[in-house]
This record gives sequence, structure tokens and C-alpha cells, in this order.
Amino acid sequence: MAVLAFVDTLEGSITKSSYEAVHYAAKVAEKTGESAVAVTYGDASNDDLKALGKFGASKVLVHKEQKDMNPRALTTLMQEAVAAEGADVVVFAQDFTGKAVAPLLSARLKAGLVSGAVDYPDTDNGFVVKKSAFSGKAFAMYSIKTEKKIISILPNSVGKEAGEGEAEVVEFTPALGDTRIKVLEVEKESGDGEIPLTEADLVVSAGRGLKGPENWQMVLDLAKELGAATACSRPVADMEWRPHHEHVGQTGVAIRPNLYIAIGISGAIQHLAGVNGSKVIVVINTDEEAPFFKAADYGIVGDAFEVVPKLVEAAKAHKAAN
Amino acid sequence: MKILVAISKVPDTTTKIKFTAENKEFDNSGVQFIVNPYDEWYALVRALEIKEAGGGTVTTITVGKEDNDPVIRKALAVGADDAVRVNAEPTDAYFVAAQIADYAKKNDYDMVLTGKETIDYNGSQVGGMVAEIMDLPYISNASKMDFEGNKATIIRDIQGGKEKLEVETPFVLSAAKGMAEQRIPNMRGIMAAKRKKLTVVEPESADALTEVVSYALPPEKGQVKMIDADNPEELINLLHNEAKII
Repeated sequence: MAVLAFVDTLEGSITKSSYEAVHYAAKVAEKTGESAVAVTYGDASNDDLKALGKFGASKVLVHKEQKDMNPRALTTLMQEAVAAEGADVVVFAQDFTGKAVAPLLSARLKAGLVSGAVDYPDTDNGFVVKKSAFSGKAFAMYSIKTEKKIISILPNSVGKEAGEGEAEVVEFTPALGDTRIKVLEVEKESGDGEIPLTEADLVVSAGRGLKGPENWQMVLDLAKELGAATACSRPVADMEWRPHHEHVGQTGVAIRPNLYIAIGISGAIQHLAGVNGSKVIVVINTDEEAPFFKAADYGIVGDAFEVVPKLVEAAKAHKAAN
Repeated sequence: MKILVAISKVPDTTTKIKFTAENKEFDNSGVQFIVNPYDEWYALVRALEIKEAGGGTVTTITVGKEDNDPVIRKALAVGADDAVRVNAEPTDAYFVAAQIADYAKKNDYDMVLTGKETIDYNGSQVGGMVAEIMDLPYISNASKMDFEGNKATIIRDIQGGKEKLEVETPFVLSAAKGMAEQRIPNMRGIMAAKRKKLTVVEPESADALTEVVSYALPPEKGQVKMIDADNPEELINLLHNEAKII
């Protein structure tokens, strides 16, 4: 018996949320006396795969020929892995890949799926998983009633711990079929050396308060000094001051970084829906009545054009001193 | 093109969420319900655009009881030709997907469209499950879709970027921002919606795989700590020493 973790890669590197999925699977396996097995595809290096042992995987099954994120092919990969390992729990990260694959696996195996889980399952009375609901405004406790169970965890909700260990890497090459979707091209969001928004621990975001795209340099500077990714509010993306993939909020991407700094963003409920899972929120706004302050941990009422350059200097000094 | 769009009833985005019956039920008193924004703005409107450009029909499908009808009429006012309601409580995503897949299979659609998620349970599950049950390709989080004959060129969000792909109908797709723009129904649309056909069908037997046992609200956020605008260096200090995140 085993607990499986689906592991995804981004340009050959294992994603942050995949490490969390492995860690989560290992914790569940520890509780149930099983072993945790990671399943992956594509181009991760053997060294990186072995290192999944540090996060609790005893074994890694890898299908190297499968390169594309083809939902039905990856569903077959997971189905075959469930059969090969006799798995009763499968863990995904609730990112674009998890959202594309986990529901298919659930329907194929008739295994109940809880997506957006934020905590470990409670197995005292059945199998109950806490998940985020109502766009972050509440939680729902879901009981999975089937023998096989699938959990898709929200990024940055349970974290990860690296210990000791090395996983055994095994080539796993079942026929995956389904070539009905033909990938034509892939466009990367982030430039070389930039942190993709969904992978970032720290995020600096700005809104209409910055008055125009020509004023973004100080935001980029602050992000660079902190080692953060950059994001923006919906109007900023709609006016094309910033690229659409930076738009966080209900219609954009939902993120859960450790730190979210919002500059010149009022904090409409639609924006909060995309960031209310952040561990610490900092709000910088000229309007002390901005609703975002109610959701913030730290706030500065002030003019971004005065405050942010000072913050850049302070962040620079902090980086030099630490 | 014959298109089926799955429409879900959800509490309005600005709803203050409350629970009742010892946190076992959602409290819908005073709540305004709307068509799930992703279903309406992106899936439904794109379906209408495709129909307007190349002909065909757009039918909506909803799994729910009678209390869904006002929201279904709203989708008809936006422009869908007719609507189907499967007369059952939508107990979980698999149950809902099984109903939609069953209806879609019997009626031979070129495409089944959904929003990328609902804003109440945020599951992103139904579209993928429908595809799997129907043995069709699934394209999730799609932000653009164009047709040449029965071949679609689609852009979807993937980790770290976007992917352009090609797929032939039939398929199932979940729609995200970029796919279309919201349409506000006009008076003529609202009047016409009252006369459009809303077919009620009884559910097929299917098991729910999960069940909500209770709800909880997040802990109250503590008081925000204000920092003097003349001394923003203090913020860096607090993030390092107090919050310990930089």
C-alpha cells in the first residue's frame, strides 16, 4: 500500500508545490503506516528525483517520454501508478496541472476528490479534509466516502520540510495513449532569472494608484531587492500597464505567498479573493479608508512615490546586512 | 456548432458568508444568487460568439432544484437559446458531472463548456470529470479559442506560462479570463428569456463521492499594525524580526 504524490516540473525543475505534495503524502503515509511514492513525467534530473527522498518519498516513478501536460495521458499515468503501487490516497498540488488532472483521475477511479485542501486529513472519524471555500472567505470540511481518495492541496498551506533520505528512481513507462490534443507551442511567462508568480514566496503587487506603467520601476526594484515576484490588480492588467499573467484576484490567478505587499490597491473583494491566503499582507495606500487595510497585517498610509523608494533603500540595506 | 454550457448558481461575489445549523449548512438568508461569473462571462459568452459567427445552438445545463430557475433565466437573457435543468440537489462535483455527461452523451454536442471554477466551492472539478466520463479531451483554464472547421486552436494556462494547442471537436473545455467579455443583458433579452424553453429532466442515478460535513469561518484578522510613512524602514525591520519572512 502506498500514498502517491503527483510531481510536476517547470523547465526541468520540480515545482515548489510538488515538494509540498510529496511532504503531504509522506505525512499521510506516516499516519497510515504506508510508504510515499512520487510519480512524475518529463525532464527532471535523476539527482532532483532522488532528492525527493528528503521530503519523504521512498520511491519515484518517472515517465520520461511524456513531455506535455496532457490531462488524459497523465490521468492514465496516475491510474497505472495507483494499480502498480496499490495506492489508496493520491495527492496533487492545486495548481494548473493539478486542476487539469486530478478531476479526471477522480472520475476514472471513482475516487472522491477534495480540491483546495489546506490541512492534513482527519482520520479519527472517517476521512475528513479541510478545504478553502467561498473564494477564501470560509472553509468546508469534506468527507471522502470512497475507498480510494484524492486530495489536491493549495500551494503554501502545509509547507514542506527537508530531512535526510534518498528515493529510489524507477522508470515507469505504461502506454499513455490519447494524442487528440496536439501542443503547438509553449510561451513562458517569466524572463530568465525572474521568479514565476506561482512559485514565489514573496510578492510585490501594485495597482492603479501608481498612475501609469512608466512608474513601475520602483515596484520592480523593491521586488528585486526582496527576491520577490511582481503582480498587479485587474485594472492594471486590463489597461495593459502590466502583462495579464501578473493579474491576481478572482478572475486572475489566486496566490498564497508568505508575503504580499500591495501598493496603491484599494482591496476590492474580487482582488482579496486572489490573495487572502497570503500569510502576511502589507498595504501601502494614500487613502486610510482603503478596505484593504482591514485585511492587512501591516499598513502604511502614504504616497507610494515617497514610501516605495525609501523601502527599496531599506530592503537594499537589509540585504547587505544579512 | 451545437454547444452545451454548464451553468452554476452561486452566492454573489460580495456576499458575507455565514453558516447555520451549527455550521453544518450554508446560510442563504438575504443572499443574492448569480450565475457563476466564469460560467457566464467566459464560457457562455464565448459560446454565443461562436454561434453568432458560424451558426448553431447554445444550450445551458444546470443541476439543481427549482430555486435555480431565476439564475437560469439570467443566462437565457444573456443569449442562450434554451436551458436544461436536471432536477436534483447538486450533492457533489462527481454527481453533477455524471448528470451533465449523461445529458451531453444523449444529445450529441460538439463542445461542453464550463467556467474554470465556481466561486463557492472553488473545486475546478466538474469540467474534467465530464470529459473523463464522456471519454473526450479536456482543455482546462483556456483563455482563447478559435475555430477553423471543426478544429479549434486554443490557448490555456499551464504552470509558468501558456500553451497553444490544437484539438478537434468534440471536447470539453473550462474557460478563464480572456475568453470573452461580460455581456449585460438588455431589456429585449430579458423579455425574450421568459419565453425560452427551460426543460426539466430527472436525474440519472449516480453516487456522490464526497460530502460536506461542516463549515468554518477563518479566524478574525488581528488589528493591522500601522507604520509611519516617514519611517518605512520600520516595515523591513518588522518583516525581518517580527513576521520573520524576509
